Amino acid sequence: MTTTPTHARTTPPGTEPDSRPPVNPKRKRIGAASRTVTISLMIAALVVVIPLYVTIAMSLKSTSQAADGNAFALPWPLNPDSFATAWRLTDFPVSFGISLAVAAATVIGTLVLSSLAAYAIARNWDRRLFRWSFYYLLGAMFLPFPVVALPQIKLTALLGIDSPVGVALLHIVFQLSFSVLLYSAFLRSIPAALEESARIDGATTWQIFWRIIMPLLGPMNATVGIFAFLASWNDYMLPSLITADPAQQTLPVVQSIFQSQFGTNYNIAFASYLMAMAPTVLVYLFAQRWVISGVTQGAVKQ
Amino acid sequence: MSVSARVARGAAGASRRAGRRRVEPVFYWFLLPTLLLFTALVLLPAVVGIFYSFTDYVGFGNWSFVGITNYRAVFSDPAVFDAYAFTIGFALVTVILAQAVALALALGLTSRIRFATALRSIFVIPMVISGIVIAYVFNYLFSNTLPSVAGSIGFGPLEESILGNPDLAWIAIVIVSAWQTIPGALLIYIAGLLSIPDELYEAAAIDGASPWRRFRSVTLPLIAGFILINTILGIKGYLNAYDIIVALTQGGPGTETRSVAMTIFTGYTGGDYAYQMANATVFFVLTVVVSLLQLLATRGRGLRL
Repeated sequence: MTTTPTHARTTPPGTEPDSRPPVNPKRKRIGAASRTVTISLMIAALVVVIPLYVTIAMSLKSTSQAADGNAFALPWPLNPDSFATAWRLTDFPVSFGISLAVAAATVIGTLVLSSLAAYAIARNWDRRLFRWSFYYLLGAMFLPFPVVALPQIKLTALLGIDSPVGVALLHIVFQLSFSVLLYSAFLRSIPAALEESARIDGATTWQIFWRIIMPLLGPMNATVGIFAFLASWNDYMLPSLITADPAQQTLPVVQSIFQSQFGTNYNIAFASYLMAMAPTVLVYLFAQRWVISGVTQGAVKQ
Repeated sequence: MSVSARVARGAAGASRRAGRRRVEPVFYWFLLPTLLLFTALVLLPAVVGIFYSFTDYVGFGNWSFVGITNYRAVFSDPAVFDAYAFTIGFALVTVILAQAVALALALGLTSRIRFATALRSIFVIPMVISGIVIAYVFNYLFSNTLPSVAGSIGFGPLEESILGNPDLAWIAIVIVSAWQTIPGALLIYIAGLLSIPDELYEAAAIDGASPWRRFRSVTLPLIAGFILINTILGIKGYLNAYDIIVALTQGGPGTETRSVAMTIFTGYTGGDYAYQMANATVFFVLTVVVSLLQLLATRGRGLRL
């Protein structure tokens, strides 16, 4: 599973470190050698860029060009057929749909369950039952998937959810402790007075939660949602062991299932890899402000 | 856990604490689904699994109690020992490499440079890519591209794929694992560095401190807490190493790069369910130790749960 930071504290919206541009004019470090540092970082960035470039270039080559061993050569002539072949071979729409459904269910389930639980815990902290529930949920920190994997495989098979349904449920369960932690830290910064005035106006707790608390949780929802989505969408270990039917596997697992069939048709293999990684990279590139501030907010006590 | 005290103060103010107020029933319903799901899918399997570790259960059929036989076997099994040695060694090397690189990148990205936003965007990309998918890409680079580049410049040691070399295969796993996990640590370090007040650097500069001295005496002490947290979170993650190894070496050559998670999962197909549950329980104890270190560290450093 993911390494979810557990020391998180939250900041009021707008004060997270990322709300200011990374290069703040006031932050000029004395004697900073800007050109040397810039160029060094650009060279370092190649370590990230090269594997991505190779993936794109390889996926656009013909089978014979892909086999010539020069990964860096520009693909020529362009051969978009590898995408069509990979699409058909791996049944891409199905595994993409399953990945998306599992990740969406994980995000929604995590958001709803952990915000409700955190709200109950935060507002009843003086009661032992709620306090102990909090520590009980935190216990998941001590239980990574490999420890409980074997019994969980048996249990999901027994319940007939050795399928994407079970995967989504387990993904939710492994997100709960971290998310409840984030939410309850955030909820204590919301003054109870807000709710009390609504209560005087006759609102029920259920209404207060959805009309007042949930909107206030906005930034936390983003953080919890991003962590849940990435953990679920990119996971290989759990779905590969839980889902019994290979035809119902998520995108990362499909890549390993088709290794032998890709064989030395590297262009098809890379087209498949590219289709598997492109969705999150594209979303990230367009929404990076929110992704970065969301992750930073979840991970750092400021 | 000081969050407890704070939640208490913030939420249930003094007025509420005075009398035993009644808990609104709806709050139980808010909490119940989470507790049920958690108990059914985490606690129950964990208890059942630990129970079976004291039996000779093979995954189906009859079983009987065998006491601590499985644990004795786990502790004297060279294959298990090798998996732990590899996993712990891998975790330590990777955490040092990843933290050093992440900190260096964070220092660079928060200093006065051009294209800071674009560069940061690029460095964070690996965070959103699935480990196993990028590991397949690296598999190709290590087994095809690197040898052909080494061959053309006549560098002997790398002309064979390092993935097939029992002494070098682990390095590939370290590199890809670091590649994928550096962004998370990087974002934490950037936030840590931005929280250091400029005045401290100005004062140090006026006192004539060299850049290295400023780093050692101002930056380092102030981000020590972040380093500690990143290190422990990193180790916790790397101990579960699985995806990237599957895509790079599948535990090979031989069993040279087999992680603990991999040995545990053999209990699913290999018919030694109870034995691998004993292994998993030992692994659980290891995780608890690391997590407790994390709690102690967060407490000691003023960072809190």
